[in-house]
Amino acid sequence: MLDKIGIAKRIAQEVRDGMYINLGIGIPTLVANYIPKNLNVVLQSENGLLGIGPFPTEDKVDPDFINAGKQTITMMPGSALFNSAESFGMIRGGHVDLTILGAMEVSENGDIANWKVPGKMVKGMGGAMDLVASAKHIIVAMQHCSKDGASKLLKNCSLPITGLKCVKKIVTDMAVLDVLPQGGFKLLERAPGITVEQIKQATEGKLIVEGEIPEIKF
Amino acid sequence: MINKVVKDAEDAVKDIPHNAVLMLGGFGLSGIPENCISAILKKGVKGLTCISNNAGVDDFGIGLLLKTRQVKKMISSYVGENAEFERQLLSGELEVELIPQGTLAERCRAGGAGIPAFFTPAGYGTEVAEGKEVREFDGKKYLLEQWLRADFSIVKAWKGDTSGNLVYRGTARNFNPMMAAAGKITIAEVEELVPLGELDPNNIHTPGIYVQRIFQGKNYEKRIEQKTTSKG
Repeated sequence: MLDKIGIAKRIAQEVRDGMYINLGIGIPTLVANYIPKNLNVVLQSENGLLGIGPFPTEDKVDPDFINAGKQTITMMPGSALFNSAESFGMIRGGHVDLTILGAMEVSENGDIANWKVPGKMVKGMGGAMDLVASAKHIIVAMQHCSKDGASKLLKNCSLPITGLKCVKKIVTDMAVLDVLPQGGFKLLERAPGITVEQIKQATEGKLIVEGEIPEIKF
Repeated sequence: MINKVVKDAEDAVKDIPHNAVLMLGGFGLSGIPENCISAILKKGVKGLTCISNNAGVDDFGIGLLLKTRQVKKMISSYVGENAEFERQLLSGELEVELIPQGTLAERCRAGGAGIPAFFTPAGYGTEVAEGKEVREFDGKKYLLEQWLRADFSIVKAWKGDTSGNLVYRGTARNFNPMMAAAGKITIAEVEELVPLGELDPNNIHTPGIYVQRIFQGKNYEKRIEQKTTSKG
């Protein structure tokens, strides 16, 4: 099984030179640490910054510079600051190349649920609905199953929807999968030590397995 | 130029009535109008509808007004940092409208810009779409959303001049500019109030036309929610 860092490292392999990328809170934020240093990318923060840099050293902590998860950050040279309407204009207008976010459930159609557990957790959707409705390419970081072993890769989402037919690729603690345009999870890679059979057991939605499935390489 | 300067936060908020609709700038605790929130707390106005991206934390920002039950309704996109908020929401004590962050930003922008409604793809196919008109453009579905306007908009800036021109710093800008335009009366608290001519007209983020009252703020705590550092 991959841990959070393993998932982040594998997602980082999807980043290409020249991309503008939005990273959601949680595991997606960790992806920034594993983007190869030779790639030139720009990280967008929905609260009004293009060019998120590394976390500051203690002496450089500044409350006026935070990311979407409210963590303190620094700016890269060549950054730009703007207001929230401008930020979401950038997002909705299709200018962000890659969006990486977490999910509670994904359906075989590419529907995603990640903002509400009725009666239990109603934190709000934040920027998630705008991002999934507009991004050119969406990669989801998630656990394959819940704590009690129930699959989170489903035929249909049971939790309140964040967006319909939008997820393209998923990296879980067990596998890397594509969501096919015609529906279905296509298995691409297995986490080290995980078998295809285990992944089949853990996936409620339609799983397509063709040929030999390699292990994730780091 | 017109002079918009008032004495302090107490002076700025003195005519906010019960049941007012307020817009409050900020993202998390960054860029929140700390002085005005304290003044509203002290004034004790109740039944407030607060339009703000977040609800502060339990003991800071709008969280303070939730504790004293001064807020009747919140319109926000994310309230996860505030346990008291979530509790009041789940128990039904507080009316809440959760709306997508981009929709919130654009609704405020539209309110200030005289655009009564617009179409956005955010929330199509979700519970956000309930009761809303859907239209298709170039093969994609969009929801009709309406402008948001406030009786009072309360914003926080880094620098402002006596005519109400505002400049923000870093990611403390966020919702402040749109909310500044969408309030019937806009109150701006600034870290540094400067005389006319000191701000470069090329670099004004909020032109003074949107601002009715401005004052020099004080004692900013600028609390950090998630201090995150690297070793360097």
